[in-house]
Amino acid sequence: MLATKVIMDQGVHVEGINFFTGFCVEGHTHAIRKKDQSKPKRNNALWVAEQLGIKLHIVDVIEDYKNVVLNPKHGYGSNLNPCLDCKGFMVAEATKWIKANNFDFIITGEVIGQRPMSQRRDTMPVIQRESGAGDLLLRPLCAKLLPPTLPEQEAWVDREKLFDFSGRSRKPQMALAKKLNISDYAQPAGGCCFLTDQAYSHKLADLWQARGKRDYEIDDIMLLKVGRHLRPKDNFKLIISREEGETHFLEGYRKQFVHLRATSHTGPLALMDGSYSDEDLTLAARLVARFGQGRDADLVEVEINLVDGGKQQLSVPPLKSEEIPTDWYL
Amino acid sequence: MSHHILDARRILCPMPVIKTQDLVATLAPGDTVEVICTDPGATNDVPAWSRINGHKVLNIIKENNEYIIHIEVVELESQS
Repeated sequence: MLATKVIMDQGVHVEGINFFTGFCVEGHTHAIRKKDQSKPKRNNALWVAEQLGIKLHIVDVIEDYKNVVLNPKHGYGSNLNPCLDCKGFMVAEATKWIKANNFDFIITGEVIGQRPMSQRRDTMPVIQRESGAGDLLLRPLCAKLLPPTLPEQEAWVDREKLFDFSGRSRKPQMALAKKLNISDYAQPAGGCCFLTDQAYSHKLADLWQARGKRDYEIDDIMLLKVGRHLRPKDNFKLIISREEGETHFLEGYRKQFVHLRATSHTGPLALMDGSYSDEDLTLAARLVARFGQGRDADLVEVEINLVDGGKQQLSVPPLKSEEIPTDWYL
Repeated sequence: MSHHILDARRILCPMPVIKTQDLVATLAPGDTVEVICTDPGATNDVPAWSRINGHKVLNIIKENNEYIIHIEVVELESQS
């Protein structure tokens, strides 16, 4: 937002590009859960574009991004976050976009030293080189600490009006925001990608292990954001809704998965992901019974809906808390 | 002028916005689009995208667990 405003204030026409990878965290991603529905339901990129009065182009890169997640040349951060490859990929995509749409250069809000992987003094030139952007990539907030780029050399922008911010502190940015009369802005400290989340990364790694291959579809990565995930056996896991909002969301997947729900008591909806035997269905039903209002009953009626449209009704004793090993929880 | 229905049910934002953006790019001024969504976030994001790009949001209707956003294409969507 700041970098854009700084460049716009020099009279340059700016439009935004936002890449959707499938792993983006937004306020309303969380708002699937009813208890979180008071959280702001806004897409920050759209919101920022509207505040600045610029167009925003949202680009679906889900398919192409898979290679970044599955085969990061520069490896992962502390979880499954391939930050350096990710930044290189996005700048490369932006480079293609500006060439296709007759724009002259790219700006980002990067600051040297702000992030441990992708915004270090030694990795920022890597992004510039590997993305193919070269000197078309201008970082207005730390430009004075970097060699002049083409827009500076050609005087399309005045380098003297750019900045020399560095380090993890956001204080210089906050001071600049105040000077530019920007009082409301999106979260300033990352956390916008599920791949940086330890629990999410664990569930993704489990999915790859269970399927015997490192791959995913968009539905896989969406479902990892929702519900309680338990893997009682290598061949299947259960995704169990924790409340009404999640139940509504999981209902959208009923045709793709075996799904279970207690009929004698109020309870969650559960999707079964993987292969199963009759014994597995009983175990799954006992688990689903455990997480509903019938958890203390002797028997709970559970309806199992198969993908082929068939139905089974089981009467099962709910699993007791101590019968569920902690390592079943993903 | 033509009317189009976009089924954006059971997908989360920003996918309803991306689908709207991609459809509108193929339409002419005066065409209308009815975006049917289940993600309540779309009721903020699709109108925000429409405003940014100069299109008119005619109304937003909630029916059961679905949201229907009516948009009129005001200008040809261009990339710049």
